[in-house]
Amino acid sequence: MKHHVTTTINGDETEFLCDTEQTLLDCLRDELELTGTKEGCGSGDCGACSVLLDGRLVCSCLVLGVEVGGKKIDTIEGMATGDKLHPLQRKFLEHAALQCGICTPGVLVAAKSLLEKNPNPTETEVRYWLAGNLCRCTGYDKIIRAVMDAAAEMRGA
Amino acid sequence: MQERVKIPKFDVVGTRPVRPDGADKVTGRAKYGADHNVAGQLVGKVLRSPYPHARIKSIDTSAALALTGVKAVVTRDDFKDQSSEFVPAGEMLVNYRDVLRNVMAREKVLFEGHPVAAVAATSEAIARAALRAIKVEYEILPHVIDVVEAMKPDAPIVEDGMITVGVTPPPTKPSNVAKRVEFVLGDVEKGFKEADLVIEREFNTKPVHQGYIEPHACVGSVSEDGTAELWTTTQGHWIARAHCARLLGWDMTKLRVTSSEIGGGFGGKTVVYLEPLALALSAKTHRPVKMAMSREEVFKASGPTSGANVWVKMGVKKDGTITAGEAILKYQAGCFQGSPVQPGCMCAFAPYDLANVKVVGFDVLSNRPKVAAYRAPGGPISEYAVESVVDEIAEKLGMCPIELRLKNAAKEGTKAAYGPKFGPVGMVECLEAAKSSPHWNGPLGKNQGRGIAAGFWFNIGGETTVNLQLNEDGTLTLMAGTPDIGGLRASLAMMAAEELKIPYEKVRPIIGDTSTLGYNFVTGGSRSTFSSGLATVEAARSIIKQACGRAAKLWEIPEDAVTWDNGEIKPAGDNAGKFKPMKLSDIAKVAGKTGGSIVGVGAISAQGAAPSFGVHIADSEVDPDTGKLTITRYTVIQDAGIAIHPAYVEGQFQGGAAQGIGWALNEEYIYGADGKLQNAGFLDYRIPVASDLPMIETIIVEVPNPRHPYGVRGIGETAIVPPMAAINASAARATGVRMFELPLSPPKVLKAMKEAKKA
Repeated sequence: MKHHVTTTINGDETEFLCDTEQTLLDCLRDELELTGTKEGCGSGDCGACSVLLDGRLVCSCLVLGVEVGGKKIDTIEGMATGDKLHPLQRKFLEHAALQCGICTPGVLVAAKSLLEKNPNPTETEVRYWLAGNLCRCTGYDKIIRAVMDAAAEMRGA
Repeated sequence: MQERVKIPKFDVVGTRPVRPDGADKVTGRAKYGADHNVAGQLVGKVLRSPYPHARIKSIDTSAALALTGVKAVVTRDDFKDQSSEFVPAGEMLVNYRDVLRNVMAREKVLFEGHPVAAVAATSEAIARAALRAIKVEYEILPHVIDVVEAMKPDAPIVEDGMITVGVTPPPTKPSNVAKRVEFVLGDVEKGFKEADLVIEREFNTKPVHQGYIEPHACVGSVSEDGTAELWTTTQGHWIARAHCARLLGWDMTKLRVTSSEIGGGFGGKTVVYLEPLALALSAKTHRPVKMAMSREEVFKASGPTSGANVWVKMGVKKDGTITAGEAILKYQAGCFQGSPVQPGCMCAFAPYDLANVKVVGFDVLSNRPKVAAYRAPGGPISEYAVESVVDEIAEKLGMCPIELRLKNAAKEGTKAAYGPKFGPVGMVECLEAAKSSPHWNGPLGKNQGRGIAAGFWFNIGGETTVNLQLNEDGTLTLMAGTPDIGGLRASLAMMAAEELKIPYEKVRPIIGDTSTLGYNFVTGGSRSTFSSGLATVEAARSIIKQACGRAAKLWEIPEDAVTWDNGEIKPAGDNAGKFKPMKLSDIAKVAGKTGGSIVGVGAISAQGAAPSFGVHIADSEVDPDTGKLTITRYTVIQDAGIAIHPAYVEGQFQGGAAQGIGWALNEEYIYGADGKLQNAGFLDYRIPVASDLPMIETIIVEVPNPRHPYGVRGIGETAIVPPMAAINASAARATGVRMFELPLSPPKVLKAMKEAKKA
C-alpha cells in the first residue's frame, strides 16, 4: 500500500504517493519530477541531493518520503524568484564556479543554508560547511569565491 | 591571483562571459543521464559477480522471469560473440571481443562486479527481486590482483591462452602480460657512462577512479520497427552508437543517440556499460528501459585508471645535463588488455630534451575492472616517477629544481623519444613563470615543504562536425557534437562571435544528437575546444562566404567584388561605395529570396593539435604526530596556447590539480585477500573535499598553437600530470624522507618518518 503524503515544496502545497522505503530523493525525482536534486551516491556522502527540510540542510537520500508529511521542503527549483536568480546562482555563473554542474544544485542549496545562518562566513567556514558537497571538476576554488562574493553582495558590502 | 602572462587582442576571445548553459545548471533545469524519463519505462538492473574470478557453468533465469512484473532478462546468450578487433575510443583502443565481455560476462567472470545478467521490470523492487531469483552456478578460480604478482610465471591466468604481443620470439606459454612496448632514442648505456650521478628508483601507484559525481545512467527505447533511441550520459555519443550497433548487430542509422548533460567523465565515460543492456532489454519488451548505476557499481564496475609499478634510472652530469633516462612501466589493465601503458611510455621523459632514452612498458591483466581512460591516461603515473627522480637529482646536485629543468627542457625542435619533433611549446615559459611566481618566492612555515614538478600531455584532434545556421533575425544557432563537459558551448559561441563579429549572446550553441549532425569523435584527449573550435571557425567562414555571395546577387555584381570587412559586407574594387554595406542580419532577412537558408558546416578531421606543458608548485605541511599531509599552497602554471575563456581554463587547471592531490594523498582501490574491493563508496574512497584544499592559484602561459586560428591547445589533461610528483617532492622536504609509493596516506608517511628517525 502506498502512503499519501502532504507537504509544502518550494512554497506550494504538494501531495504525493510513495512506498514506505522510498527516500525523499526518490519521491522528489520519480514521483514529482523535480530532478534538479541529484543522486551521486545514495548514502549521504556526496551532498548532491541536498535540500532544506523545515529550514535544516539534509541529504534527501537519507530521509524517507513518509517522514516529510506536514513539513516544508526547499529544493533548487525554488531558489530563483520569478526571472531573478538568487545572488548565489548569479555569482556561480559570473565566477564560472561550475564545470559539469551535477553537484551545483546541492552546493547552492547548502550555501544558501550557510548564508541564512552566517551572513559573513570566513573562507574556512565556507570550506567546512561545504565539506559535505563533493565536486570533482573545480577544485572548489571558484565555488568558495562565488559563495564569499554572494555573501558580500547580500550583506550590502 | 589569476594572472595572465600575455593578453591576446581579440574582441570576444579571452573575455569571461557567462556560459550559455549556465542558467539551466544553477536552477536544476538541466537534464543529466538519470533525469530523463519516458512514459511506460521499465527499470533495468544488473546482476553482478560476487567473485573476482570464476567460470560460469550455468545461468538459470526461469524463476526471475516467472515473477510478476519482470518483463525481460538478458544474459550472454542474448549477444552474438565478436571477433577480436581494435577500434579507437578516446585515447585508448578497444577490442570488440573484450567490449562485449566487459558489458556481459561470457565464459568467465573476471572481477567482482562483472555483469552476469540484466533484468527489466515494472519497478525497482521487482527488478531487485528478479536479480535475487537468477541462479548462477560458478566454478570459483584462483584470482590475482597485484600487477607484480600477475606477471609471475605461476600466476592465475586471467585470459585463457593469452600470448604476449611485442616479444621476439613470441612466448610459448600464456601469461597475463598482454603486450610489451618499447621506445628507444639514442643509447642509454652510453648515456649512463657519461653521467657523474646515476639514480635508480622503483615506484608503486594504486588504481584511482575518475570519481565523476554523476553515476552512469541511460534510457534505451526500441520500437517495433527496429528503430531505437538512446539517451545516455557519455563523452561521445557517436562512439556509444558504434559500440551499441556493433554489439546488437544493428544498422547505425536505426539508432539515434542523444547525449544528456554530463555530470563529469574525465575519460571514464568514453566507453559503454549499461547502454547495450538497456537496448537489448528494450528490444525484447519494446518498452523504454531506464538503467542507472549505484555509486558502489560505479566503483566496482567502471573506471578506474591503472595502478602501476614503475622503475626509473636517470644519469646526469655535475652541471645538470641529463645524459640518459630509462624506465620500465608495469601497468594494470584490469581484466582485459588495454592499459594506457603506451601513452605512459611516450610521456615519461617528454618534458626533456634528451639524447638517450629507453622506456619499456608492460600491459598486465589482473582480476580487476577493466581500466578506462582517466585524464591524460598513463601520463600521471610515469611522469610522477620520472619527476620524482628529477627532484632527487636536483637535491643531490644541490641545484635549484627549476634550473635543472630549464637546463634540460624540451623546446621547439626537440625530438621526443616517442618520435615527433616539437613545434612551439611552452615548457621553458612555464618554468620561467614558476621561477618568478609569488608562490615560488613566498615563505614556508614550520613542518612545511615546497615541491615542483613538470608535466606533459599530447592532446589530439580528430573527426569533428559543427553546423552553424543563420536565423532569419541574424542570430545564429551552433550545433556541436562533442559533449560539453565544462564550458565548451561558451568557448565555441565565443569563437563564432569573434569570427562573425557579432555579440556573443547572439550565438546559441547546443549539442546535437547522432542523427542530426555528422560524426564527432569523443570529448577526450583535450580535443573539444580545439577540434570543435576549428570546425566552428570553418562553419563561420562558410557563412561569411555565402553571405557575400547573396550580397553579390542583390547588387548584381560578381562574387569576388564583395568583401567581408570586420562584420560588414561591402562592395569592393570598382564597385566600392556603390552600395550600402550590409550586415549578416540584413542578409539573413532576405536569405529566403536569395537562395534559401544559410547554413555553415565544418566537417573536418582536425589536424595540428599541439601538446601542453605545465609546471605545478605544491606546499605541504606534515603533522609529525599523525603523518597527515595537508596542502597549504598550490599553484598551477600551464601553457594554454590561447585561453578562449580564461575562467574555464583556470577551472581545468584547478580541477586537474585537485584530482592529482586526491591521487597523491588519499585515493586508492583497496582489495582484500578475497579479491573484493573494500572501499566502494565516497566515504572510504575519499576524494578531496572543500576543507581539504587551499585556493589553487593559476598562471595561464600563452604560447599560441600556430595550427589553430585562435592559437588553442588542449588544456584539460596536462593539469593532472604534475601534482603527484610536486606533492611527493614537497612531502620529502616537509618530512625529511623520500617516499616511493602513492597515496602518501598518513600511516605510510608516519611509518617512513619513524624509520628515517631510527636510521
